[in-house]
Amino acid sequence: MSGPSSMRTPLGRVRNLGSSHSGTTDFWRQRLTAVAMALLIVPVIAIILMLIGRNQAGAAQILGSLPIAIILVLFIIASTWHMRIGMQIVIEDYVHNEKLKLAGVMANNFFCIAVALASIYAILKLSSGV
Amino acid sequence: MTARIERPLSPHLQTYRVTLTMALSIIHRATGIALYFGTLLLAWWLIAAASGPGAYANVQAFTGSIIGKLIVFGYTWALLHHLCSGIRYFFWDLGYGFKPNEREALTWGALIAGISLTVLVWIIAYTVGGGR
Repeated sequence: MSGPSSMRTPLGRVRNLGSSHSGTTDFWRQRLTAVAMALLIVPVIAIILMLIGRNQAGAAQILGSLPIAIILVLFIIASTWHMRIGMQIVIEDYVHNEKLKLAGVMANNFFCIAVALASIYAILKLSSGV
Repeated sequence: MTARIERPLSPHLQTYRVTLTMALSIIHRATGIALYFGTLLLAWWLIAAASGPGAYANVQAFTGSIIGKLIVFGYTWALLHHLCSGIRYFFWDLGYGFKPNEREALTWGALIAGISLTVLVWIIAYTVGGGR
């Protein structure tokens, strides 16, 4: 409805939810996930430091403990969500070809979801001890 | 039919004098992009831990090599810098720190804190794990 023959002015098109059609949702979620990671970063670094120099059996034992698994899963959700939003902003800023932009945004979603699910699956596997 | 209005375009980067806040804005984005691809290393490490001793030994061989250590060191700095630099944006989001001396102090603070924390984490890493 906003093609060249539309009666709507450029200003009218960006009003309300704006030109991205999703309002400030991504802005808010970017901050939400950032605060989550700011809170989780100290335990996450502590966990990684605990794993230095250990072999697979030792690492698997630590990663499989419940509080550590929960902290890591929360951090993975926050970080992959945050980076999905961040990379989409970068793509939208620099890729001006509409089709290439859509492909980039789609690839970004696939990448982030794949990293998130692979990491979470690995942690759940370690937790269940299968 | 709406007449095409020629609005002034904002000039591109080369027009501006390089300032600290501008440089750190670019670095914030660059570290974000680096961290994005760095998650592959984190995912590889978790999957290897879940796979077995052989796969985990491969990760350790990589992170123990010179190139691996450099990448992990760079990743540590990118993460902690992005964190400190990001906290700066919270001040600005909440409406604080816009005076020239305030924004310079916040930006220097983020830069110094990011480097200091990286060094601190690596000192702890070497103390705990004997550099492995």
